[in-house]
Amino acid sequence: MSEEIPIYKQQTPEVAARFAKLRERPVVLDVDQLGKQFISPQGKIIQALQDINFKVHRREFVSVIGPSGCGKSTLIRIVAGLETPTSGEIRLNGETIRGPGPDRGMVFQGYTLFPWLTVKKNVMFGLKMSGKGSIEAEQDALQWIDLVGLSKFAEAYPHQLSGGMKQRVAIARALANRPRILLMDEPFGALDAQTRAQMQAYLLQIWENVDVTIMFITHDLDEAVYLSDRILVLKAHPGEVNEILEVPVAHPRNPNQFLNPEFLGTRQHIEHLIHPPVAEEEIETLPIKRMTEVGDDVY
Amino acid sequence: MPKKHTSWFAVRKELPPRVGKLLALFSFLLPILIWSLVSYVPIFWHPGVIISDGGDSIYDTGDYVEKEVFAETNAELTESGEVLAKGRPSNPIYLPAPHKVVTAFYRAFTTPPRRSDQPWLHESLWMSIKVIFYAFTLSSLFGIPLGILCGTFDFFKRLHEPFIEFFRYLPAPTFGALAIAVLGIEQAPKIAIVFIGTFFQQVLVISSTTAKLDLSLLEAAQTLGASRFQLLTRVIIPGILPDLHRDQRILLGWAWTYLIVAEAVGSITGITWFIEQQGKYRIYDNVFAAIVMIGILGLICDWFLLEIGKLMFPWKGERANPLFRGIATLFRDNNRLPPGETPEPSE
Ligand SMILES: Nc1ncnc2c1ncn2[C@@H]1O[C@H](COP(=O)(O)OP(=O)(O)OP(=O)(O)O)[C@@H](O)[C@H]1O
Ligand SMILES: [Mg+2]
Repeated sequence: MSEEIPIYKQQTPEVAARFAKLRERPVVLDVDQLGKQFISPQGKIIQALQDINFKVHRREFVSVIGPSGCGKSTLIRIVAGLETPTSGEIRLNGETIRGPGPDRGMVFQGYTLFPWLTVKKNVMFGLKMSGKGSIEAEQDALQWIDLVGLSKFAEAYPHQLSGGMKQRVAIARALANRPRILLMDEPFGALDAQTRAQMQAYLLQIWENVDVTIMFITHDLDEAVYLSDRILVLKAHPGEVNEILEVPVAHPRNPNQFLNPEFLGTRQHIEHLIHPPVAEEEIETLPIKRMTEVGDDVY
Repeated sequence: MPKKHTSWFAVRKELPPRVGKLLALFSFLLPILIWSLVSYVPIFWHPGVIISDGGDSIYDTGDYVEKEVFAETNAELTESGEVLAKGRPSNPIYLPAPHKVVTAFYRAFTTPPRRSDQPWLHESLWMSIKVIFYAFTLSSLFGIPLGILCGTFDFFKRLHEPFIEFFRYLPAPTFGALAIAVLGIEQAPKIAIVFIGTFFQQVLVISSTTAKLDLSLLEAAQTLGASRFQLLTRVIIPGILPDLHRDQRILLGWAWTYLIVAEAVGSITGITWFIEQQGKYRIYDNVFAAIVMIGILGLICDWFLLEIGKLMFPWKGERANPLFRGIATLFRDNNRLPPGETPEPSE
């Protein structure tokens, strides 16, 4: 019986119980029949997103993954309010989103700290925008900086920080506003593998300890499986939902789980969704003639 | 220790600071060296003769005569058996030797004007500085806000830039006659011409600087709850400040260029008047000194602004000259770490 159920669908009772609990939590983000068209410079219509439907529950960690150009960034930018949808709508706690706001924090792939402000002033930025007094904002900011482990650097300027530290400040800056949802568009994409692994661990710790819902874009399969409760797999041209799957890996997550069968099974399933397996004869070969001496073989 | 080899002509690579400083010194020494060679070594140029003793010729002591003419005259004197003229090779008087220009620096300031109603050199210089100051301040007062608006809102860009693009091609001096007719013959028309020369460029340059600010910073600010007004005051203005400062330095250079034209309009005034006067009386030492003075004034002004900029924008990671840092600490409260003294990143 269990042989027919693929491994990525097999949930232990604990994991199943967690998903049951999650589904009962209030819906924070409701994406409803969302569509987005762009007009290319040549006047052609590009259907970037089409019929996107999904809900994110409170304190859930949802990742979005898909081939390049499938509209991941467009989707998260619409949720952030930086783009307007051409059809459908998005509701945050039941209210339709119109334009950007501090209830949706965003961490970008590029570094977007304000270079003229110190780490502390960067984190205070949102608090001051919402009219908080300087003293209160400063206290709040220092707490968030402490949370991401950068207390020593509160007075440093962004140009003095490494890439990973900049993204930690960006996370602190977004969280300081106490957003309903934290939107992250490939936030670790520009980091080296080691720093990235560390940042993933930090992010999980933050998520466990702070009341925040996370929508996370990545093109790294391991990252998606490691971090998420659910993964939204998109397909390209037009950008549509391919599958929404529940990750059967138990919480709390740790790097040893990378080799667990349910981890590998889930990873492989997504891999096949994004890049359907190709037969060997379909692999394109380059029209290269042999350019080396006979007997000078690679193998 | 292996010797690190860096080519002096590597494409787009910075030279070591020591070499850089040396070359900066040479950039001044080289022209001075050429000037000295031409002035002091008779085999270079020296197309004429300064008469030291006229003999039976028509020349007086101190006259400048071209070499060929001098030779001809002496040939004629030899024929008629008269006393020859004597002299030594010399450059034309419009190229004074370096030491003469150096002494002229002092003498120009201490020589009283020929007529008592004429200004001293320092008064002329001060007049020029005032024209620059008023024109540039006035231009910045309107040009900076308008430039920022054009770079921020497409509305203002479309509304103003086409006309400004047209107007900036009209050479400022052509407004001379008009400026005098409207503003009289005092300093006002001169200020107006420097203003016209600066203002239109300023709007365009600052508009393009503003538009170059990284859009993602604005988007980040929006997701942090910044309103449109806050975007302008908290992101755009602080974000472009260092580039704006650099633009202003370049624009100030242009203003100096227009100054010389403006001062020649109507009744000639300021440093331009001084140069004109000295030229008329063929005191070329002073002409050179005055020209170099303008250069030095510009250079000092620019250097001052550059160092102020480094103090104002510590987040750019450039350290100001120790002299300026020292002055700045006098104004800063002591319990704060100076910017840039924070621990190095460790990761
Ligand atoms: N402003 C725009 N104007 C025109 N087309 C756009 C615009 N922004 C995005 N697109 C198009 O929409 C599609 C989706 O782009 P998007 O950046 O959302 O993809 P993505 O999944 O984030 O890609 P990547 O993995 O490269 O980040 C692409 O085909 C892109 O060319
Ligand atoms: Mg993207």
